[in-house]
Amino acid sequence: MAKQQDELILLDFWASMFGMRVRIALAEKGIPYEYREEDLKNKSHLLLESNPVHKKIPVLIHNGKPVSESCIIVEYIDEVWKDKAPLLPSEPYAKAHARFWTDFIDKKLYQPGRNLYTTKGEELEASRKDFISCLKLLEGELGDKPYFGGESFGYLDISLIPFYSWFQAYETYGNFITEHESPKLIAWAKRCIQNKDSVSNTLPDLEKVLALFNK
Amino acid sequence: MNDEVILLDYWASPYGMRVKIALDEKGVDYECQAENLQNKSPLLLKSNPIHKTIPVLVHNGKPICESLIIVSYIDEVWHDKSPLLPSDPHQKSQALFWADYIDKKIYDVGRKVLWEKGEDQEMAKKESMEGMKKLEGELGNKRYFGGENLGFVDVALVPFTCWFYSIETRGNFSIEAECPKISSWAKRCVAERESIAKTLQDPHKLYDYYVKLNP
Repeated sequence: MAKQQDELILLDFWASMFGMRVRIALAEKGIPYEYREEDLKNKSHLLLESNPVHKKIPVLIHNGKPVSESCIIVEYIDEVWKDKAPLLPSEPYAKAHARFWTDFIDKKLYQPGRNLYTTKGEELEASRKDFISCLKLLEGELGDKPYFGGESFGYLDISLIPFYSWFQAYETYGNFITEHESPKLIAWAKRCIQNKDSVSNTLPDLEKVLALFNK
Repeated sequence: MNDEVILLDYWASPYGMRVKIALDEKGVDYECQAENLQNKSPLLLKSNPIHKTIPVLVHNGKPICESLIIVSYIDEVWHDKSPLLPSDPHQKSQALFWADYIDKKIYDVGRKVLWEKGEDQEMAKKESMEGMKKLEGELGNKRYFGGENLGFVDVALVPFTCWFYSIETRGNFSIEAECPKISSWAKRCVAERESIAKTLQDPHKLYDYYVKLNP
């Protein structure tokens, strides 16, 4: 469990939406940690040792023990520091529901999003359609709630909000405007940024992410 | 408690088998509804409108989708018998990590060995073997992945073993030769756990079914 002198190290990359999930969760819980920026072309010994299977960020190292995969890390954080700002619902069905939609984001939103700036022609067209239909499904899931978690910002909000920092990149390369396609999602994202310091302090500038491609 | 538990399933699905094993381990009474994947039932389409896939667990009218999410749900709701996930947060995160690995590197890749051709199939064969060897290392000399008792990772992986024969035959390699510990573990699971013995399908029956679909 959480001790007085917890040592927490987060191995991360500033633009990673998966890393952002972990940073937001730690911020929501007010947990101090050491952030270490990884050079993904020259991964540190600690990263390779802590995540030998996938060699990917984010990795959270808690008192020497590594935890990998962003959703697993966020659930871990929620469990260890359970007395503050609960992220997952406690009720099993609501919890399964939040996990389902996070899994949807990872399986159905991420790759088409990536294809928007890595592919061309027909493949790009197909990916744009997929991406937009996923946004609409997520918008349907949000409904009229202020957050995906209901009245409170929670696990599913944390899973999705980092993608907002990539929207400008998606829009530029995918040639669409998210606000036209999913206005409720944009309103939700702006609400998260306005109301949650954990989000506004974590998300990088949209222009900075776009600049990643102008090299 | 008069729980109504319905499982929408397909006989050959290893994902469905995970859920059946979990329910049986917990001694939960349920009704199994066999789906015709060419003609999906209204209940399936209503319960899983996003993916329209099995398995779906419908518990007192509420649907839960995605096999590992369902198994976690079952573990939480029927928590007083045969716990599948460890209670220690770090150990739990490790179990979730390996189950996720199994989905991405064993199931997804195994499917490619069966359904792809040429270079894609060759690459899948290589990845499949690498994945199995990593699991062989993770199992080590433990009785089960869960330690002395069957756990979440065992439930995640064991259904895949009845598809080994098809993958080995189509891929022309031997998992048993390369991963003797996994092979013994698979036999132990069937010998020691009734939930597994009665759930796993006959590997030859699966192979005949597969060959009809992909001669």
